[in-house]
Amino acid sequence: MTGIPLYLTIILSPLIASTIVGLFNFAIGKFLSRAITILGVLVSACLSYVVLYQALTTGVHYDGPLYTWLTVGAQSFSVGILVDSLTAMMLTVVTTVSLMVHIYTIGYMADEEEYNANKFFSYISLFTFMMIMLVMSNNFIQLFFGWEGVGLVSYLLIGFYFKRESAIFANLKAFLINRIGDLGFLLGIGLVYYYFGSFNYSDVFARLNEVTGMHFLNTTWSAITVICLLLFVGAMGKSAQFPLHVWLPDSMEGPTPISALIHAATMVTAGIFMVARLSPLYNLSPTALSFIAIVGAINALFLGLLGIIQNDIKRVIAYSTLSQLGYMAVALGCGAYTVGVFHLMTHAFFKALLFLAAGSVIVAMHHEQDMRKMGGLWKYMPITYAVMLVGNLALAGIPPFAGFFSKDLILEAATNYHEHGMFGGAFVEFSVYAAVFVTACYSFRQLFMTFHGEERFRHVADDEHHHDDHGHHGPVEPKESPFVITFPLVFLAIPAAVIGWVAFSHFAPEGFLSDAVFDASYYVKFFEEDGVTPISMLMHAFTTLPVYIALSGILAAYVAHKSPAFVKGLQTIFKPIIYVMDNKYFMDNLYINIFAPIGRGLGKVFWSIGDVLVIDGLVVNGSARVVNFFAKIFRKMQTGYVNSSATYMVLGVILLLTFFTGLILR
Amino acid sequence: MIGMTHFLVLSAVLFALSVMGIFLNRKNIIVVLMSIELMLLAVNFNFVTFSTFLHNVAGQIFVFFTLTVAAAEAAIGLAILIILFRNLKSINVQDMNKLKG
Amino acid sequence: MMDVISILFYFFAAVLLFSGLKVITAKNPVHAALYLVLAFVTSSCLWMMLGVEFLSLTLILVYVGAVMVLFLFVVMMLDVDVETLRKGFWKNLPLALLLGLIVAVEMVLVLLNNTKIVTPINADPITNLSNSNVLGWVLYTQYSYPVELASMILLLGLVVAVALTLRKSEKQAKYQNINRQVSIDSKSRFTMVKMDAEVEAPTAEGEQK
Repeated sequence: MTGIPLYLTIILSPLIASTIVGLFNFAIGKFLSRAITILGVLVSACLSYVVLYQALTTGVHYDGPLYTWLTVGAQSFSVGILVDSLTAMMLTVVTTVSLMVHIYTIGYMADEEEYNANKFFSYISLFTFMMIMLVMSNNFIQLFFGWEGVGLVSYLLIGFYFKRESAIFANLKAFLINRIGDLGFLLGIGLVYYYFGSFNYSDVFARLNEVTGMHFLNTTWSAITVICLLLFVGAMGKSAQFPLHVWLPDSMEGPTPISALIHAATMVTAGIFMVARLSPLYNLSPTALSFIAIVGAINALFLGLLGIIQNDIKRVIAYSTLSQLGYMAVALGCGAYTVGVFHLMTHAFFKALLFLAAGSVIVAMHHEQDMRKMGGLWKYMPITYAVMLVGNLALAGIPPFAGFFSKDLILEAATNYHEHGMFGGAFVEFSVYAAVFVTACYSFRQLFMTFHGEERFRHVADDEHHHDDHGHHGPVEPKESPFVITFPLVFLAIPAAVIGWVAFSHFAPEGFLSDAVFDASYYVKFFEEDGVTPISMLMHAFTTLPVYIALSGILAAYVAHKSPAFVKGLQTIFKPIIYVMDNKYFMDNLYINIFAPIGRGLGKVFWSIGDVLVIDGLVVNGSARVVNFFAKIFRKMQTGYVNSSATYMVLGVILLLTFFTGLILR
Repeated sequence: MIGMTHFLVLSAVLFALSVMGIFLNRKNIIVVLMSIELMLLAVNFNFVTFSTFLHNVAGQIFVFFTLTVAAAEAAIGLAILIILFRNLKSINVQDMNKLKG
Repeated sequence: MMDVISILFYFFAAVLLFSGLKVITAKNPVHAALYLVLAFVTSSCLWMMLGVEFLSLTLILVYVGAVMVLFLFVVMMLDVDVETLRKGFWKNLPLALLLGLIVAVEMVLVLLNNTKIVTPINADPITNLSNSNVLGWVLYTQYSYPVELASMILLLGLVVAVALTLRKSEKQAKYQNINRQVSIDSKSRFTMVKMDAEVEAPTAEGEQK
């Protein structure tokens, strides 16, 4: 199977599965709903591997329309497919993680009510379809369709426990913040059409030279920079970049499998993917790249810092996701798109692994997420512990795990960025190096708090409040999760451990992705000078700073774990800073206390003046009043007597007669 | 010599008379119906005149259909008149005010 | 010098207009109906002058013979209070005169400027056939479908007139109850009564028709 049938099967099988399970939710039963959705995603995943194999061996490049969606004047918009190495890689990542999450969900949703669980399966299959649409699109419109589609499913799934007020708040928040990003994204797409006259990537890239010198409207700004920045605003919303990041930590209200699938591994990387896909465009705008790098650096360091003070096991991982997304953005900003994509891939595996492992812990603790009530779990859940360790080692960037390779390349790219004297280079370089320490620190703090030390869950009193939806009481006796949960964990632990090593050579600037992603020239030159292989990189690692920074981070976490007094001391010294961090840099307050009231106030003004006064008062009721006014006059004619009706009729005839007489005599 | 115009003027005057009839006898529905018959006669007169002077038989055919419709109309109108009288004991148009809101 | 045709035309025209005037001004509806009959008869004569024999006879047959009789029948059957119906006659007169005048003047104006009246393109050639023959040919070939429709309209008029005036209560009208007719059986037709013999002869059971 090659070409369109292959690609269409990949796209449609999750959609079909999702539709069947979604429509026949109540009729289909427990087994069938799982079987159908898993089969759909399995088909997609297997065929994605076929595509990846083709891409790796012979190379794949398919760019063509499927059908014309609509025609406006001379312009027609087609639904099309673009398959190249980047698509093949993204497909593989998306479908693999999705498949693992599907399997994992069987175990996670075992206690859930039947219709709810079926709904969940339908949603995640729909998500898979939307994500595949996003990565396989060959034009901006379809990209936007997938973009909004994954956003929709994200919204639905964050609010999955719709009886919980905080979940509804969180999904509304995610929805609204993403709208801000999408506004920028839409404006960017509009500008792309305005300047390039087409929505197709290939047409846009073909006309880059014509547009390069153009200015945005009557300003002195470069048109391409404006387009790039607006598109990146969309990416900031979807990929949770500062300051539009606030929705991601709250999205942890959703079930853990979707935190893994949507809010860590795939959807949030859509922005990164988009920038990488548009790398020829972004290469023309150093300003936009610098902006991306600085935003990414803020994300990587400052939002990572918040991870250290979190006590909710999922929130730690959520903040680490923000930090890692910042890393990817830094890579993009440094012109090292391939490295960004590389980190996207490794991150997808180890972060999905971490979330799923956290979910496993949460299930074992009967939906308790507070790490202060855990501890010492390694004896009870050895498999979960092992995979969590692998995931955290990968996250912290300890060689030879996956995260090490991608993160080290990002550090190199940042150094190179600084050396080239780009804007904000020092800040970017410092941030990413400091973030290595932070990352190692919070990830191992989480590991120690959860799996080592005192078994604090035994002290949790029965009457104490906790998120226990199932009504269990008494001391919890944790036990290892069932096979459907541990299998995906182990399966994901393998790539989390080795994918960096295996894939490293493919992610060189002139490597596997060179037909789809075009690195900035200065990065390519730099990389070739270094000429690294996985082995040389490993050797090199122990002579350079990053690994020692990471190890010191782990050490710090260990010290803090062993001596609470040390932590107490730190807390008193840095009291004001911790206060700021506890409030998440007041970003939520900023939105809720300043922007939201402004928005509400504006809305109120428009409502009271525009809606009530003009539309309701003048247009709607006004027209009714005018009709009423004339009706009051003319209803006097309606006497209800037959003879008056006859009189009017004859009068009408006479009028017509007069009219035609005048016409003839003229 | 009597030409087409003579006949047409005659029918026009007849039509005007029947229009006047509708106004004059606003209360007497029977005479109103008769005025309508007279009006139709004037129209038929026009048809016949044109048909004859312009040598086209279509006008006479049309008179057929007018006659048909007029006959049906008269029958139904009178039937309505009868049940009206049966219910109201009057054919005064002024009493037919059930449609008045 | 007026020829015979002109004399006849003006005579009939005068009678027609007079009878028309009387139709709309007569105090008694019966008189109005009778004047309407006169109007129909005179216009029939005028049509005869135009050579439209068949239609002029039809007018007399259909209108005078059927419609006007129906009118007279209804007028006489209803007990109409003539005086109340004439109320407002004189009040309406100025308006009626004005409107009638407008209509008449406008129509005559149009007719006197009849240069713009076009002659028909497919004028029938004058044939040797009689008027009735020509009409028959056209009516049953070219216009057969409209004729069918016209017949349906007449049938509809008939049915509606009957349906409207029919009294449905059993006291006032006799009608068939098909349902009861069909479901009848011999037992409801006659009853067997046992009774003592009044004469010597043995009882003979016989069918009663």
